[in-house]
Amino acid sequence: MNAIEVKNLSLHYGSFQALKNVNVQFQEKMITALIGPSGCGKSTLLRCLNRMNDLIEGVKITGVVNFRDINIYAPGTDVVELRRHVGMVFQRPNPFPLSVFDNVAYGLRVHQEMKKIQLSAIVERSLQATGLWDDLKDKLSETATELPLYQQQLLCITRLIAIEPKVILMDEPCSALDPIATAKIEELMLELKKKYTIVIVTHNMQQAARVSDYSGFMLMGELIEFNKTGRIFTNPDDKRTQDYITGRFG
Amino acid sequence: MKNAKEVVVEKSLMLIAFSAIFMLFLIAVFIFKEGSPLIFKIGLKNFILSAKWSPLEGQFGILAMIIGSLWITAGALVIGVPLGLGCAILLSEFLPRGITAFLKPTIELLAGIPSVVYGFIGVVVLVPFIRERFGGPGLSVLAGSIILGIMILPTIISISIDALQAVPRSYREGSLALGATQWQTISMVTLKAARSGILASIILGMGRAVGETMAVIMVAGNAVKIPNSIFNPARTLTTNIALEMGFATGDHRAALFATGVVLFVIIMILNILANYAFGKRK
Ligand SMILES: Nc1ncnc2c1ncn2[C@@H]1O[C@H](COP(=O)(O)OP(=O)(O)OP(=O)(O)O)[C@@H](O)[C@H]1O
Ligand SMILES: [Mg+2]
Repeated sequence: MNAIEVKNLSLHYGSFQALKNVNVQFQEKMITALIGPSGCGKSTLLRCLNRMNDLIEGVKITGVVNFRDINIYAPGTDVVELRRHVGMVFQRPNPFPLSVFDNVAYGLRVHQEMKKIQLSAIVERSLQATGLWDDLKDKLSETATELPLYQQQLLCITRLIAIEPKVILMDEPCSALDPIATAKIEELMLELKKKYTIVIVTHNMQQAARVSDYSGFMLMGELIEFNKTGRIFTNPDDKRTQDYITGRFG
Repeated sequence: MKNAKEVVVEKSLMLIAFSAIFMLFLIAVFIFKEGSPLIFKIGLKNFILSAKWSPLEGQFGILAMIIGSLWITAGALVIGVPLGLGCAILLSEFLPRGITAFLKPTIELLAGIPSVVYGFIGVVVLVPFIRERFGGPGLSVLAGSIILGIMILPTIISISIDALQAVPRSYREGSLALGATQWQTISMVTLKAARSGILASIILGMGRAVGETMAVIMVAGNAVKIPNSIFNPARTLTTNIALEMGFATGDHRAALFATGVVLFVIIMILNILANYAFGKRK
């Protein structure tokens, strides 16, 4: 099953074309990795999937992105509703300068009025799901921006799964973290895969190989190759993919 | 090794800096020296808690002026804070960067208009309007508050925009990516992250309102009487000094300096609060 289907997607930042006619499908409850050298458009593609690029002035987008068979770029799309279902984890951990509790409760408060007890229950459940509960249960009222970085990033994932989106987009979620924290997040991703569709942008080839089911290799705004991860990393069809994987450029 | 020329430049700059600070210090000392003896003579309580101000009979109670200042300043904040904050939010969160980059300095320019001009506009436009609409003399707490409310707008807008723009973009993105609307993002994240800077802007605006003299003299009516409605005239601490300094001698003159001491203390407290709010931003 497709969670998201991208058809003929092109994007311009002003006169610069950052995505060139991209076609790709992201499978439900699978992890898909987007790899490629710096500046090839990985983040741009990812940010098209929940329309975060709308926030940048001078962006022009053509093509179709179907989420649950509805084109999210069709006029009249409720972007707020879309982002409630397609959430995002950023490269730099960006918890709000609020308490740990308020961070996790944020999405819930934004989307519906909820009784305090209900809220606490969901906050606890979400923190448990990301393995933060034991560390943070006595720190719920502390300011989240003062936590260690890896806890901040886990908290950002926590506040996302608190609202139970369908898709989680991750833009180099581990690039600010050390190997131990990275391993923790990867473990968590494999756990989350049971419930969520995940698309991850990563520079770390081993990471893509370890966690993802499918991989897409991008180069200069084009999706060069897309296939099962095993295939991409052992026997890619395209010479350029081969060169990148074996570290000949990028 | 520094050469001789550098040493001379450095020393003379030091001297200039220190003399500037020393002058300010002298002014403060002078005000206290001239004003505080009277406060001790008639007692602090009689000075600030009595509303009887009749210098010819040796009565120096400034309560009416304190309350006048309070009313007019509070009124200025009631008008200036929502307007200024609304403007700052619009400029920083909704308008394209280019337009903000043009409008912000323009608004800051308004702070450079001499206060007598604001006062004059108040006298010509605002005071007659209030007189015709609401009766009374027109010269009133309301007129003073409106004029001051407008005068503190540049301070509030400019510093609040700085505070809002200093909020990392990643906070906004994080909120929007969770499906929050732009308003929810502003009220639940951006304003909270910027609150100490915004608070500082309000306190600085308040300091400006408390200290403003000319515009208030022109529109507030200056009656030495505790106002019991916003349509009554009122006198503030600053205008009290300005109005009477020309002919005050002896204790009367000392009482005006003592009024200055009270003002000095109020402004000091406001500045300390503003610095504290700024400091907390880090
Ligand atoms: N806001 C923007 N305005 C103009 N050009 C941009 C903007 N954002 C990105 N670009 C350009 O678009 C291209 C793709 O950027 P993108 O951030 O998607 O690359 P990336 O593959 O994520 O790179 P990295 O691995 O460095 O994160 C780059 O050449 C970049 O310079
Ligand atoms: Mg990127």
